[in-house]
Amino acid sequence: MAEKILAILEQREGSLKKVSFEAASVAVNLANQLGLSAEAVVVGSEINNLSELSKFGISKLTHLKHEQLNNYSPTAYSDAIASFAKESGAKVLVFPNTAMGVDLAPRVAVKLNSGIVMDCMKLEVKENDIVATRPVYAGKALIDLKLNSDIKIFTIRPNVFKPQTVNSTSVDIDVRTVENPNLKTRVTAFKKSEGKLDVAEADIIVSGGRGMKGPENFHLIEELAEVLGAAVGASRAVVDAGWRPHREQVGQTGKTVSPSLYIACGISGAIQHLAGMSSSKYIVAINKDKDAPIFNVADYGIAGDVFEILPALTEEIKKLKS
Amino acid sequence: MKIAVCISQVPDTATRIKIGADHKSIDPSGVTFIINPYDEFAIEEALKTKEKIGGDSVVYVISVGDDSVKETLRKALAMGADEAILFKDSNQKDSFGIAKALSEEIKTLGCELVFTGKQSVDYDSGITGQLIAEMLGYNCVSVVVDFKLDGNKIIAEREIEGGREVVETELPAVITAQKGLNEPRYASLKGIMAAKKKTILEKPATDFNGFTEILDMHLPPSKQPGRILGTDKSAVPELVRLLREEAKVI
Repeated sequence: MAEKILAILEQREGSLKKVSFEAASVAVNLANQLGLSAEAVVVGSEINNLSELSKFGISKLTHLKHEQLNNYSPTAYSDAIASFAKESGAKVLVFPNTAMGVDLAPRVAVKLNSGIVMDCMKLEVKENDIVATRPVYAGKALIDLKLNSDIKIFTIRPNVFKPQTVNSTSVDIDVRTVENPNLKTRVTAFKKSEGKLDVAEADIIVSGGRGMKGPENFHLIEELAEVLGAAVGASRAVVDAGWRPHREQVGQTGKTVSPSLYIACGISGAIQHLAGMSSSKYIVAINKDKDAPIFNVADYGIAGDVFEILPALTEEIKKLKS
Repeated sequence: MKIAVCISQVPDTATRIKIGADHKSIDPSGVTFIINPYDEFAIEEALKTKEKIGGDSVVYVISVGDDSVKETLRKALAMGADEAILFKDSNQKDSFGIAKALSEEIKTLGCELVFTGKQSVDYDSGITGQLIAEMLGYNCVSVVVDFKLDGNKIIAEREIEGGREVVETELPAVITAQKGLNEPRYASLKGIMAAKKKTILEKPATDFNGFTEILDMHLPPSKQPGRILGTDKSAVPELVRLLREEAKVI
């Protein structure tokens, strides 16, 4: 049996998430370089978009299925994945670095006695081994590292590894029933928060800081986010002031993000904020203080009044989209 | 009940990081070290739980590190923790190795409930709590913003993308704390004085060094400052054109 790289896919409410395709693509890419085969595994109940996987070069998917496993259960999911990984002889496991992946991957690591590297931004093959690059100190520094365990686990940051499509035919789906899932710890409900997108997953983020002058002005941020299909983010100052919820906080004690586009509005750019967002592909800064540190990391800036510029920008993008 | 809180010491989040001479760690000179912000929520939740349960509950704070970590442990004692234990190891960087030391101690102490921060803001892996739980065969809820303990039963809410998951489980368990779980208390003067008198139990670290080999630490590529397109809304059409045609992100 050829040694395998296993992509662990994530489904929510019966659909594979976008980051699952990124994980699949990373597994295929690494497998090609290492001369291994790439497979995927997912835990869940009914899942509607499994066939999309064929686009990313995965030839075989194992669906570990049980009607009670539509919702995440740390105990049942980690048991199912670890025993499948053992049985299939997987040498490398690639998880998404999502809320579920961060919870699940370390449990699987203990069960497999494997080393683990979280939040990888780059995975390279050097001398037939995998070298991972990940941020530390919220992105103020990067480390390159490798694992010396027999089985290796890597989690990948969403939005960083663009999935590569291939001309593939089909994916062979093997459905297996999970017997007596261990539901000792289980999710019993999901409370959806307001706002459509989460900063950790969004491809575009519009963030507001103290320059927005008060929570009542954040509708300007929300309106721009709406026309862009973006998530709303916030600086620590405005979260600490209670203007915005913590889940929107970007920075060292919030979320570290890498979207394609980050628009910072009325954010001066404290070092702990810059750490959390400077790996964004493009950064736009709108701030009336032309000496604000945010302009040092911005690709494009407007050194003016956010209250004048934000509505104009929203209008201009609306025109473009219509 | 015996409750453990696993804490770590990290550079202040306002620190500008410099790479050390070994190119594998940071240069600690001039760095102010603080208690990991998420661990303060963990300590607070442990103290609240102890106060609620009452009786002869004990809160232990445990950390892995060098002598300088004693100051952080004293802060936890000043907040109200009862005992402090330090595993002397200045080189341990692997979460697996740290979790191993901590889980063995938790087992020896017989703690049924363990709190820790959801991640430590230095290496940022966010997995120590889950590793400890799995090593001990305990239940675990990570990134918790709401925690209720009723007898043996736990109902916790954890933050995930786009909302909160309600998770049900039972003791023994590890809970990792997210900002928003509570408002950490300030140490009282009395607490600070009492903490000074307490002994911090020192233990040698395990010889397990983990599975990771750090090859290199470096700064991220520095970004060239970009273009200021203007000072008022007349710059907006040009910004939109650049985002569309040059950056191709909208």
